[in-house]
Amino acid sequence: MDNRPVLVDRPTFWRAMWAIVWKDMAAELRSRELISAMFVFALLVIIIFNFALDLDPGTRTAPSITSGVLWVTFTFAGTIGLNRSMATEKDRGCLDGLLLAPVDRSAIYFGKVIGNLVFMLLVEAILFPIYSILYNVNLFNPGLIFITILGSIGYVAVGTLLASMAVQTRTRDVLLPILLFPIVIPIIIGAVKGSTAFLQGLPMSEIWPYINLLIVFDVVYTTLAFLVFDYIVEE
Amino acid sequence: MIEVKKLVKRFGLKTVLRNLDFQVQSGEFVALLGPNGAGKTTFLRILASLSRPTMGEVRVAGYRLPDQASAVRRRLGVVSHLPLLYGDLCAEENLAFYGRMYGVPELNQRISEVLDLVGLSARRRDLVRTFSRGMQQRLAIGRAVLHDPEVMLFDEPHTGLDQDACAMLDRVLKEVAVRGRTVVMTSHDLARASDLASRFDVLSRGVIVASVQQTEMGTDRLLDFYKDALGKVNG
Repeated sequence: MDNRPVLVDRPTFWRAMWAIVWKDMAAELRSRELISAMFVFALLVIIIFNFALDLDPGTRTAPSITSGVLWVTFTFAGTIGLNRSMATEKDRGCLDGLLLAPVDRSAIYFGKVIGNLVFMLLVEAILFPIYSILYNVNLFNPGLIFITILGSIGYVAVGTLLASMAVQTRTRDVLLPILLFPIVIPIIIGAVKGSTAFLQGLPMSEIWPYINLLIVFDVVYTTLAFLVFDYIVEE
Repeated sequence: MIEVKKLVKRFGLKTVLRNLDFQVQSGEFVALLGPNGAGKTTFLRILASLSRPTMGEVRVAGYRLPDQASAVRRRLGVVSHLPLLYGDLCAEENLAFYGRMYGVPELNQRISEVLDLVGLSARRRDLVRTFSRGMQQRLAIGRAVLHDPEVMLFDEPHTGLDQDACAMLDRVLKEVAVRGRTVVMTSHDLARASDLASRFDVLSRGVIVASVQQTEMGTDRLLDFYKDALGKVNG
């Protein structure tokens, strides 16, 4: 190795953020741990609901039941994904490796959010046709997909922040849902009501309040998480 | 290169570092010795900008912590007893990721240089989770020198390594040191420390209780020096 000094460019926000997204995707392509765990868990939740509720054919296709079961499934599976995603950073001290990089900490936060969102949307995309077959409901509704994306953004935005806090504790697996579920209730309410409204075919004037609720909470949670992430990850 | 004045670090009611003063000149290799719980890792984490001082002044490479942490991080390489590497990425991908996070130019060429330095060129495409502990630690050093930092911090880098792996690690550490970097290394292994360092400081109960240059003391006297230093503190 020669003795010339390596001149370090100041890494940009975008370059650092996409480096984290690339790293998460590459690692998941190899291990498939996160997506397979989320998917299997979500599938089991759907099947358990199918038998536990013992619904008659008329009730099981009711929009309120469909959106309720879907969002309970997404919420639980999402927790597994968030926990696993941050545990990967903690296991070999990699979170310290990220924090040692001379980049804006918000680039780390948004990089992790995008990675987690991609995994969550991927699992949701796989679950939609499976749910459609098991429950005999057509879920290929653009409005429902739009609501699912909006709800997932808010869930992952606040979930990534809380997962990065929980992962630094000994009880990280238990702590995340305890912290996360009360905070995401507005998102879940908006997502369930909005999904039900789209499945019922209600006019847009009745659906907009739920879309607005989701957009507002997405923006508020993302902004708050962006502002406090630096303090949360530091001792 | 490193200047610490009246550093205090408290965790709740527990004071870990008490008015600690510490200075390192450019190019020095300082071994920081001390018993478990002396505050060595906490001190190194503050120097690495991973933890905030409660009180006192800390300057690394002329920049003040925590205010100018980003500038410090660009000039800092850290190796701990954890590798800070992703098991599901290969050696080359790990270095590529950290290279992007640090904005290292001509990254592919630099990765090849670093893999040569740590003797892992033949394993560049192997997943890190298939590496032995010793190989992971060598790659961790490669990660830490990738951006050619002026200051390097090693937190017990020999932990968990067998004799052969320690010897290989020592060769890499010496090669890193001869490039004129400033190095601070915590260690319990007095024999290895005496072989590597140019100065020895003893940290006990949160303060530096003794300091000596290698030139002022034979390497075979390090154990006596260490025992004397701790003896004075413990009465």
